[in-house]
Parts: sequence; structure tokens; C-alpha cells
Amino acid sequence: MDWINIAVTLIKIVVLTFMVLLPMIAYSVWAERRVAAKIQNRVGPNRTGIPFTKFGLFGLGQPIADGLKFIFKEDLTPAHVRTGYFWLAPALTMVPALMTCAVIPFGSELNIAGYKIPLVIADLNVGPLFIFAIASLSVYGIVLAGWASNSKYPFLGGVRSTSQMISYEISLGLSIVPIIMIFGELNLTEIVKWQDANGWLLFPFWGGGEFWQEALLLIPVVISFVIFTVSMFAETNRLPFDLPECETELVAGYHTEYSSMKFALFFLGEYAAMIIGSGLAVTLFLGGWSLPFGIGSELVDKPLWLGIAHFFSFLIKMIGFILFFIWVRWSLPRFRYDQLMRLGWVFFFEIALANVFLTAFILLYFN
Amino acid sequence: MAKTVQEIEAPDAAAQAAAHVEAYQQTTEDIVGEKLVLNMGPSHPATHGVLRLILELDGEVVSKATPDIGFLHRGDEKIAENMQYNQFVPYTDRLDYLAPLANNVAYALAVEKLMDWELPARGKAIRVLCCELARISAHMLGLGAYAMDVGAMTVFLYTFQEREYIYDLCEQLTGARFTTSYTRVGGQTRDLPEDFPARVRKFCEGLLKTVDETDRLLSRNKIFIDRTQDVGVISKEDAIAYGLSGPNLRGSGVEHDVRKSNPYLDYENYDFDIPVGEHGDSYDRYQIRMEEMRQSVRIIRQVLDNLPDGPINVIDPKNMLPEKERVLMSMEELIRHFMLVTEGIDAPEGEIYFGAENPKGELGFYIHSKGGGVPYRMKIRSPSFCNLSILPKVIPGHMMSDAVVILGSLDFVMGECDR
Repeated sequence: MDWINIAVTLIKIVVLTFMVLLPMIAYSVWAERRVAAKIQNRVGPNRTGIPFTKFGLFGLGQPIADGLKFIFKEDLTPAHVRTGYFWLAPALTMVPALMTCAVIPFGSELNIAGYKIPLVIADLNVGPLFIFAIASLSVYGIVLAGWASNSKYPFLGGVRSTSQMISYEISLGLSIVPIIMIFGELNLTEIVKWQDANGWLLFPFWGGGEFWQEALLLIPVVISFVIFTVSMFAETNRLPFDLPECETELVAGYHTEYSSMKFALFFLGEYAAMIIGSGLAVTLFLGGWSLPFGIGSELVDKPLWLGIAHFFSFLIKMIGFILFFIWVRWSLPRFRYDQLMRLGWVFFFEIALANVFLTAFILLYFN
Repeated sequence: MAKTVQEIEAPDAAAQAAAHVEAYQQTTEDIVGEKLVLNMGPSHPATHGVLRLILELDGEVVSKATPDIGFLHRGDEKIAENMQYNQFVPYTDRLDYLAPLANNVAYALAVEKLMDWELPARGKAIRVLCCELARISAHMLGLGAYAMDVGAMTVFLYTFQEREYIYDLCEQLTGARFTTSYTRVGGQTRDLPEDFPARVRKFCEGLLKTVDETDRLLSRNKIFIDRTQDVGVISKEDAIAYGLSGPNLRGSGVEHDVRKSNPYLDYENYDFDIPVGEHGDSYDRYQIRMEEMRQSVRIIRQVLDNLPDGPINVIDPKNMLPEKERVLMSMEELIRHFMLVTEGIDAPEGEIYFGAENPKGELGFYIHSKGGGVPYRMKIRSPSFCNLSILPKVIPGHMMSDAVVILGSLDFVMGECDR
């Protein structure tokens, strides 16, 4: 049976990364451009559809055109860079983002001809820790890019990025401690199953569990959610926190010297990080793949369809979260470097720490 | 022989201490490290054109800022010496290219002051309308670019949409969207189109909505306030000493507006307020631009309510072009047309200075005439040039991100600064 497991895992890797994650990255770029255009009273890319025909398809061909454009652009390596690191940096931002998707449960399980396939590539029992450990590696890509470019603006971007990502990782990690205390579990699949049974963490009022205790726990959960989301913005370098790039100050920050596909990797790495961040937020706070309001109870005897419904439930929640990311990006100004550090260290760090004790208190005395 | 005072070597405690400090600094130089000299511009997203700032950074804090201007120098003042007065009008479009109409008006008024002409009432009203439309247009872009410097990209597109409507109005009024060249010495190229007042009224309503929307997006936005308040504070004394003008001067609490202090174009007949800031920081300058747009709308509405009838140009057959119809039909007009086009207007000898309140500040023209159709010397007092002169004073001590905010809040145009 081993070879079957290996084959199934390989198929899952290929399908989930190349047919789910990468298209999602490409289309979140498209969504960003379209939503930004809608927010700004513009039209956005709406013509690139099927080539040589008049079918625009709302510009759905745009990601392919963008990709082609990046590939055909001249790949310029300036003479003053450290070539090895310069080449390594884009890969180092993209790879961790793709690796983290291994532990995210995209759905419950697909029941194909009696063989149950869980829709998660690696069912680790340290899911969130694995994600944080790998995701924090992507800072090396940015630092290396800033350092290897051997140029002042990328250098400043790299320096800013290092301190920003390191300080926000702490509040990010602390913000999920209360939730893990509530779940009593570090396996993301089990966490989702817990929420499927007891109600989503942010909307706990269906499923099992006592009403008043859930209502009380909602206080630390909401605090955690806010800190987690804001730290996620900082981790992914998105707008209120996009200091490493910050186009009006640092030209383009750490990727100023990059062109062609190497630049595209940074660009896509940011979106991949955003998608994984949304996936993690959905898994931890919004019930992962579980369906709300008892929808799907009539599908119990059709396990394959239930699995597919779970998969789409997850995707829809994730897309909703990505749209939130985009919405915030196009409405807020950006922080200054010292304000960002103050927010991270003085406010979020303390609040997250106090939140841990608050949760412990509630769990201990109101159980 | 007695020694002079300078020759006596007295132990100077202060000098010794200074020498010690210098020696200490030399030994610790390696520890403190050198400062990063960052070349910001001439092509940088935040320098709005071709300003070059040489920043000396200590970490992220700017310790010295040296602006380097002149990348857009075209020699407008020299060009003016070889041109008839009317031929220079298109060059004024390219001074503050965000408010060409206001530049046209200021230049025409300067030459008219030399000629000692007074426009008829309708001509003046049209010019006030032009000036205020230009002010709105310039402030809209200034605000949008400022917001974009702070990171709020969407505001830029909202404000630019309103500018687009102003361009449409310019197109209908002058035939050109950008380089309007609307005025001539002694008048305008054409009267207002028939439906123009109605269109302007409609535009004003939409504009106020956008201003309010921008207000809601930025004025109470915590991030925006954090970024702009107490950043780039210019004291009242500094503002006057460095010759600031326009919104930047008023932001520092000096109540000075050429429209009020030296009214031209019958500005004294219009009812409007001059907003004045309290702290002189970047946030005050933002607030003042917002309020000035509302006041401009107020002026525009008053102009449209009391739009007088009558001629729009000065009646001076010797110096104003005759109607084209009559040029083609009668000998006298043909001769006058020919003489005016080849020789230019007959300006008297003398020196005049005229300053107008432009969107960026006081745009002044100093004209030295030795008679005839060409100025002997023309000096342009450009507000952006003076406003930028305060940069070395105001930027040091701030972080690099603040430098960008200060640049945005000063709202300069390099076309005007470099001339």
C-alpha cells in the first residue's frame, strides 16, 4: 500500500500546488487589479480573453498575458550585484510560500471508490508551527535581495523588512496561542474537525458547546483575530505595512534592481504568502472547510459530493479573505517605520500576551 | 614692543574642549560609522518631477538635505526678452503646468499693469473664474499626489477624476485641455461658451462631493494623522524669512493672501475666507488646501451669479487685434493687424512688478520695459522656488519617510521652480 500512498501524495502535491494554488496566485493578481479598479472608479484589465477573438471574458486571460510578458522581458543582472545571492533571493521568497500550503487542509476528504483521500498534503501534528517556521524563512529572500543588489534603496528596503517581519512574527505567534489553548490541538485537520463539530471560532453559535462559555471565549478570540490579521498584513508586506517596497519612498524597495521573471517571483511570492495567510486565518478562525448552518447535512450519504462541497466552502472563504486584503490595500495610507515598530512591540505584543492569560483564565474558571 | 591681543596665546578652555571632542570623534568614527548619502531623484516617484534631493542618512534619520534644482530649466526669462508680449503667453502655460489658466491670467495682468489697462467687468469675472478653476485643479493634484506619497493611492485617482472634468471645461473654454494659453494682453481669446456657466455649476456640485469624500478618507484617518501631524513644522518666522507663499505660508499661521492684501480682478467684491493653520505642520497644509477648494467653489458661484454682460477685452484699437472679419474687409484694420502682429503692442517705458495669488503661492512677474513690443528684462518670481528653499531647514531630523511627506505637503511644481 505504500506506493499507493506515495502516488496519491504526489498527485495531491501536483494538483493542489499547480492546479489550485498557482492559478489562485495568478488570479488574485487579476482580482487585485479588477477590485482596485472598481474601488478607484476605473475599469481595470477587461480585454485579455481568448486570443484572436472578441471574447474579453472580463479580462480573465490577463494573468497568462502578464506571465508571458514577464518571461519575455529582458532578464537584466546589473554589473554591481552579488550574482549568486542575487539569483537565490527570488527563489527564497517563493519557495517557503509554496511549501507552507502543504499543511493547510483544503477540504475534508474525497471518497473515491471507497478510498478516502484527505485533502491535505501533509497531515502534520504541528501545523501552525510548521507554517510559521517556514513562512519566516521568506524574510531571508528579501534580506538577500536587499543585500545582494548592492544598491541603496534595496538595502534600506531589506533592512526595514528584516525588522518588520521579525517583530511581527512574535505577535503573530502569540496571537494564536489562545486559540490553540481553546482547541487543545496543533493539527490543522483536527482543528477544523473541532470547529465543524463545535461551531467556528469566530461564529460559535451552532454545533455543540455551551452558549455562555462560547460567548465569553469570543472576547479573546476576536482580539486574537484582529492581532493575527494585522500581523498577517505585516508578514506579507501588504499596504498599511508595505515599508520594504514602499514605492513612493524607496522606488521599489528590495526588488528595485530586479527585472523579468526574477521580479515576477517576488511579486508572486507576495501573493502566495497572502493566500496562505488567508488560508491559515480561515482554517483557524472561520472553520476551514466546514459548512455553516448545517448545510450539507443532506449530503452525508454522498461522501464524494460532501468532500467537493467542503473544498469549495474553503475556497470561497479564502477568496473572501483575499478580497478583504485587497480592499484594505486600496483604502489605507502606509505607516512610518517607527510607528510600525511601536505598533508591533508596544501594542500588539502586550495585548497578545495579556490575551493568553485572559484565555487561560476563562478556560480555567468557566469550564 | 608690546604684543597685540591676537598674538597672546591664552589657554582657551572652550577651544581645548572642542579639540578633545574632535579627537574623540575621530577615534570613534569607525564605531559610529559613516553616513549614507542617498541620492533621491531627479527621477524618483516622490519628487514629483525632476527635483534632486541629496539626503545624508543616519540610519533612517535624515541629518542633512540638499535640494538640487534646475533639471527642468528652459530659460523662460531669457526667452521672454526675445518675444513680443503676446507670444510669451504659451510659455506661461509651462510654468505651473497644473494650473496653466492661473499663470496666463497672472502674466496678462502683469503686462496690463505695464500698459495701465483695466479690463471691462466681464473680462475680469471670466479671469476670476479661470483662476479659481485652476486653483481647484492644482490643489486636487497636489492633494492626490500628497496622499499617494503617504500611501493612499485611491485618493489620487478620485481627485484626478475631478481634474479630468476641469480639463473638459478647459477644452470647451480654450480649445486645449492642458496648455490653455487662454489670455492675451488686454483680454481673452474668446468669450465663455453659452452653456459654460451651467456646466461649471454642475462641476462644482460634484467637486464638493469629492472633497468631502477625500475628507472622510483622510482627515480623521489615524494613519494619515500619525504620518502628517507634527511632521515638517515650519514656524511663522521661518515661513516669512524663507519667502514662502500660498497655502504653505498660511499653513504656518500667517494670514497673507494676495487676493485680500492687494486685490486684483475685483477680488475685494467677492466674499471668501482665508483658511489659516495653527501648527504649521504637514497636516495643516493639507487642511488648508481642502478648505481653499471649498472657498474657490464659493467664489466661482458668486462669479456665476453676477456674471456681467459686455465686452471681455480692453478697447484700445491701437494695441488690440481687430476682428478677423473686418481685417479681411477693410484696409485700415488690415494694416493694424499687420502692424500688431509684426511689431507687437506699443508698451511704455518703465518697470513694474505684479504678483498674483496662484495655487502654489505668489506668482510674480517683474517686467522692465524700454518701450516697444518686447520686454527688456523679465523676472519670474515663482512660488515653488521659494517654497523649496526651506527644505534644508525643515527636513533634517525627520525620518526618510517624513521627507517624502514634507515634499508632498509643500506641493511644488518643478516647471515653475526651474523656469
